[in-house]
Amino acid sequence: MNLLVCISKTPDTTSKISFKSDDTEYNSDGVSFIMNPYDEWYALVRALELTEQHGGNVTVLNVGPASNDIIIRKALAIGANDAVRVDLENADSYVTASNIASYAKTKSFDIIFLGKESIDYNGSEVGAMVAELLNLPYVSYASSLEVNGNISKVTREIEGGVEINEIEGPFVLSAAKGLAEQRIPNMKGIMMAKNKPLSVISPTDASQRIKAIKYILPNVKSGVKLIDPDNMDELVRLLHEEAKVI
Amino acid sequence: MAVLVYIESSKGKIKKTGFEVAYYGSKLATSLRTDCVALLIGKTEDPGSPGKYGVSKVFHVNADQDLEFDSQSYASIIAQISGDNNADTIILANTANGKAMTGRLAIKLEAGSVSGANSLPELNDDFVVSKSVYSGKAIVKYAIETPKKVISVMGNTIQPQIIGESIVPQNVTFPIASTTLKVLERKTTEGITPLPEAELVVSAGRGMKGPENWGIIEELASSLGATTACSRPVADSHWRPHHEHVGQTGVAIRPNLYIAAGISGAIQHLAGVNNSKVIVVINKDPEAPFFKAADYGVIGDLFEIVPKLTAAIKRFKQH
Repeated sequence: MNLLVCISKTPDTTSKISFKSDDTEYNSDGVSFIMNPYDEWYALVRALELTEQHGGNVTVLNVGPASNDIIIRKALAIGANDAVRVDLENADSYVTASNIASYAKTKSFDIIFLGKESIDYNGSEVGAMVAELLNLPYVSYASSLEVNGNISKVTREIEGGVEINEIEGPFVLSAAKGLAEQRIPNMKGIMMAKNKPLSVISPTDASQRIKAIKYILPNVKSGVKLIDPDNMDELVRLLHEEAKVI
Repeated sequence: MAVLVYIESSKGKIKKTGFEVAYYGSKLATSLRTDCVALLIGKTEDPGSPGKYGVSKVFHVNADQDLEFDSQSYASIIAQISGDNNADTIILANTANGKAMTGRLAIKLEAGSVSGANSLPELNDDFVVSKSVYSGKAIVKYAIETPKKVISVMGNTIQPQIIGESIVPQNVTFPIASTTLKVLERKTTEGITPLPEAELVVSAGRGMKGPENWGIIEELASSLGATTACSRPVADSHWRPHHEHVGQTGVAIRPNLYIAAGISGAIQHLAGVNNSKVIVVINKDPEAPFFKAADYGVIGDLFEIVPKLTAAIKRFKQH
């Protein structure tokens, strides 16, 4: 099997968020970055499991600057065979998807994996865009995937339940919790990663279609109103009369 | 130019988020001084009802067919209808299916897209859409710089108001392109509002001590008609199914009321829930960080407080 896993770099989940340049840019000072958890824990690991079971190759792809190499090396340490980075500083979903699709067109991947969303922009759009650009089926929010020859069976999370899809031939998949279990790279993996191929390619011609013009921090609550634990009727009254939510 | 809304149904009934996008699209169309047209795909009850929320026309595609969702064929239908009606703004709900199509439609229509809009667009020199980013830790305003736009709207963004009347839908027949994807089966829980659509949510964490104690949470939820949720450690320990996990790496929600019992309020949990309109926190630890993000707090033993709250809600409901 020839599998592609697209990975992105996001701030660590514990990061406090702040902005600069008059609130038009994310302030990355002092922030530690990680591989987007959905890409690492679920998409990458399930792809590795499949090649361990059926044989094949896992390529990881990142669209970003040289400072992203650290997460690419981590993906190689976890077990990916080789890596590609499209050398690009800023990209919206469209530019990212165009670059993924333009690389994938030159190869023949059986399945293209992405995380269900990145934990920074939460767009969940890139997978659908890649699928459309390559004219492939797309299964989003996959929580299980079994492959048998040319047929893949995928469980997909929908509101209040799941849907089971069967796909013949290549497709794009976005990975959700349940698809696999997180793997921690071991020392051997980390050493081997240093010698695995990471090729850097030039971006394709695509321009951004949306622009962030302002970031805002959410409203801070004005302070908690404490309620006597023995007076739950009072809490219910406040929820009804003051908050008007019941 | 026109606004086109895609209205999703489930088991032949229009979803709550379907009426929300109908109203959202109508409001936007009014601001843009144009019409809002709606699109339904497959067998749907009461297909004219989006008219009540201000849409001026409903196209009902393959009204007599039970169709299974496939982002490839559905997006083709939406793109076709949008072209036929010169629609330049497409609105979808930010549901599993809506999200699977937002990016596809953006490519098909050469449109700029924003998924998860949390309010109506601001229309001045730019067309500006805001959404929650960094998993709820911030909000961004995006200017969409293309003539065509595709927007998916978060559930509970807008409370649909009845501003019109049911209309007679126009039936359209489309050959559904065959694809290499088949839906084999769909399994959904009956009678419970899914978390992303829920207005009331009761959630619990490690403070519950074990899955066998969840009865009091379920009773509180049922007294309110709320949906149950849980924190990540609870889902990771398999005390509750993982689709109940709300937070940064689970489901992001924005209910009107979020009640959290026995959840300390780690930053990753807050990220997924701090768009809730009102937050009630029940915790025995007065230093729990969640109290800082709460509107109402009760300090004490949840095993005593939760049943008392259930009883108080039942008394309230009887009046």
